[in-house]
Amino acid sequence: MSSDVMAMQTAEVAGRPWVETLHEWVTTVDHKRLGILYILYALVFLVIGGLEATIIRIQLMRPHNDFVSPQVFNRMFTMHGTTMIFFVAMPIMFGFANYLIPLMIGARDMAFPRLNAFSFWLTALGGFLLYFSLVGGSGLYGAGNAPDVGWWAYAPLTSRAFSPGHSTDYWTIALLVSGFGSIGTSINIIATILSMRCPGMKLSRMPLLAWLNLVMSAMVLIAITPLSAAQLMLLVDRYLGGHFFDTQAGGSAAIWMHFFWIFGHPEVYILIIPCFAFVSEIIPVFSRKPIFGYPVMVGATVCIAFVSLSVWAHHMYTIGMNSYANSFFTITTMAVGVPTGIKIFNWLGTMWGGKIQFKTPMMFCIGFLFQFLIAGLTGIMMSAAPLDWQLGGSYFVVAHFHYVIVGGILFALFAAFYYWFPKMTGRMLNESLGKVHFWLFLIGFHLTFDVMHIPGILGMPRRIYTYEPGRGWDTWNLIITAGAFIQGIATLLFVANLVFSYFKGPRAGNDPWDAWTLEWSVSSPPPSYNFASVPTVASRRPLWDRKHPEDPDSRYE
Amino acid sequence: MSAITTPIAQPPAAWSLPYRAKVGMACLIIAESAIFTIFVVAYLFYVGKSLTGPTPRDVLETPIFYTICLLSSSLTIHFASRFLERCKRGAFLGLWFLTIVLGGLFLFGTAQEWHRLIYEHGLTISTNLFGTTYYSLVGLHGFHVTAGLVMLSIVLLFGLAGRVGPEQSARVEVLSLYWHFVDVVWVVVFTVVYVLGR
Repeated sequence: MSSDVMAMQTAEVAGRPWVETLHEWVTTVDHKRLGILYILYALVFLVIGGLEATIIRIQLMRPHNDFVSPQVFNRMFTMHGTTMIFFVAMPIMFGFANYLIPLMIGARDMAFPRLNAFSFWLTALGGFLLYFSLVGGSGLYGAGNAPDVGWWAYAPLTSRAFSPGHSTDYWTIALLVSGFGSIGTSINIIATILSMRCPGMKLSRMPLLAWLNLVMSAMVLIAITPLSAAQLMLLVDRYLGGHFFDTQAGGSAAIWMHFFWIFGHPEVYILIIPCFAFVSEIIPVFSRKPIFGYPVMVGATVCIAFVSLSVWAHHMYTIGMNSYANSFFTITTMAVGVPTGIKIFNWLGTMWGGKIQFKTPMMFCIGFLFQFLIAGLTGIMMSAAPLDWQLGGSYFVVAHFHYVIVGGILFALFAAFYYWFPKMTGRMLNESLGKVHFWLFLIGFHLTFDVMHIPGILGMPRRIYTYEPGRGWDTWNLIITAGAFIQGIATLLFVANLVFSYFKGPRAGNDPWDAWTLEWSVSSPPPSYNFASVPTVASRRPLWDRKHPEDPDSRYE
Repeated sequence: MSAITTPIAQPPAAWSLPYRAKVGMACLIIAESAIFTIFVVAYLFYVGKSLTGPTPRDVLETPIFYTICLLSSSLTIHFASRFLERCKRGAFLGLWFLTIVLGGLFLFGTAQEWHRLIYEHGLTISTNLFGTTYYSLVGLHGFHVTAGLVMLSIVLLFGLAGRVGPEQSARVEVLSLYWHFVDVVWVVVFTVVYVLGR
């Protein structure tokens, strides 16, 4: 007791007591701190979700493996999917949006700082509830278990008869609560972008990151809410004896699929559009050219948002819809490829003729471009209903969407980390460690997810916990698992780089990349008030104007 | 490149942006509309699919009086906020109170109807698909009316304490936006449940 007091006193002499710092972080309404809380929270869940993926891959490494039981395997893929989508990808996007948007549009904070804190803590509560299921899933016995209904939780598997206990309820409530958090943050982002811009920051001059997050937030409002509504219905079914998804009382299992995928497919775009935003900020800076086709980029994004709201049933070809529905969803799904292709050409057009600097953020962006293209091409393949009947529910699908999520979203996220870490912490990330991370992760990624297409074509179904030897899947699965371990090692290197550079990295200064958006005009890390005096902008690249008063962009707008 | 000080742009003459609370409420309304859309779709999808009775045709009675109450409360809240803008606090408080009374009457009507359905016709949320979808949709709307009434009452209490003046009229306007939305949703629910659903 006395030694504790002594320690407290010495701490007070050395600096502020840690309790006070902790209290500041817990009660903060500062958009930068909340952004960092979002990102740290997501990184914790990234490690958890990664461990779950590792367990899945060890189990599938060879035929007739018994590393985990079938029951545990079901829980692992359910928790892996739910964790990665709702508690890694979503919060990390909101974290970056929170941190960057006010700085980029010259605002001192978000429009509703307290709503911002509330939304973060809702999301945090959601993640806690999901994992609390491990303790409370069977009531108060303390011997619960994780949800095991798959991340899309099709009816009637979620009904009381097939999912006794409370693990499915924890899954439902976790998603409901974090969904409300997402809606709160999206409202905040939209209000910030529309109402908090500094003088001169017209919509046509906003950084693309702000534009794309505006579109993403609008999509969250329309696409996350159907999931919340469906979760409410599921709760009515499970707790009040309702019949929404109860086929024995005339209810429909297919309508849950519709409601889930009305959320589920736009969700992919909700996650990838902020990644488009990162790439649209990073590629111009390292190509030393302004972004090519700014208005077209905005238009294509809005176009993607609209079209992506009418493609959901391409996840449902195999349930047997009529030919009109199949044709409609095939056509709309293929149509999404057009604006997406426009964006890829615009990024290439930005790089074309530029003085490209191959720094780590740029390398991850180039990896993103290449891999996202391939992911899109396999998507076009499966948009055709007949081919999807063949490949649906196989490892080909798993390979396709991991190509989008890991090869696209995660690569863009790594780029964002290397690019904005100096702004957030004031220290540069280690460049050579970053290059090793890039190459190792690239090799691991391609080893896992290129190869994963093959057992899919050979007929290996997803979500099986083991398989018979001699079907031609054995070697492929071994290679996939090896690649997964390489990715794991690369991610550990990345975490080590984050920790090491936070303490020992070289000082970044205000503007280490010689960039053009407003966040680089303030110190690193920025003061809590962001801008001592609210800036005024006259073009899309305000810092270019300040650095080159003899030839400002504003002259050409 | 770290010390950049020369501001070259002159502030534009007029720089006005939309009121953030209004934008926030508009976004909330969009999100809520999507939730209601899903419940309405579920209701319409399950019309006539109940395996057992009672059916809507047997038991539902059109709540015309209470619908008029709720819809006219949109008018009273509109004029209340107009009066607040023009600094007429007495008229504002009177109309604001009338809005709460009308909203309360509507909730009373719903309660009466549910009581009748449950005790006279034995229709509960678990009876059949009609019960499940009816109570969910009408209940979700009723929940929004209740939430609105709580917020309206808070403003009323502040108003009675003399804390609501014309300088708060923009905020009051945001709340009335929400109340209008609740009314519009009732028009949709009314059409779906009492007109199309029978």
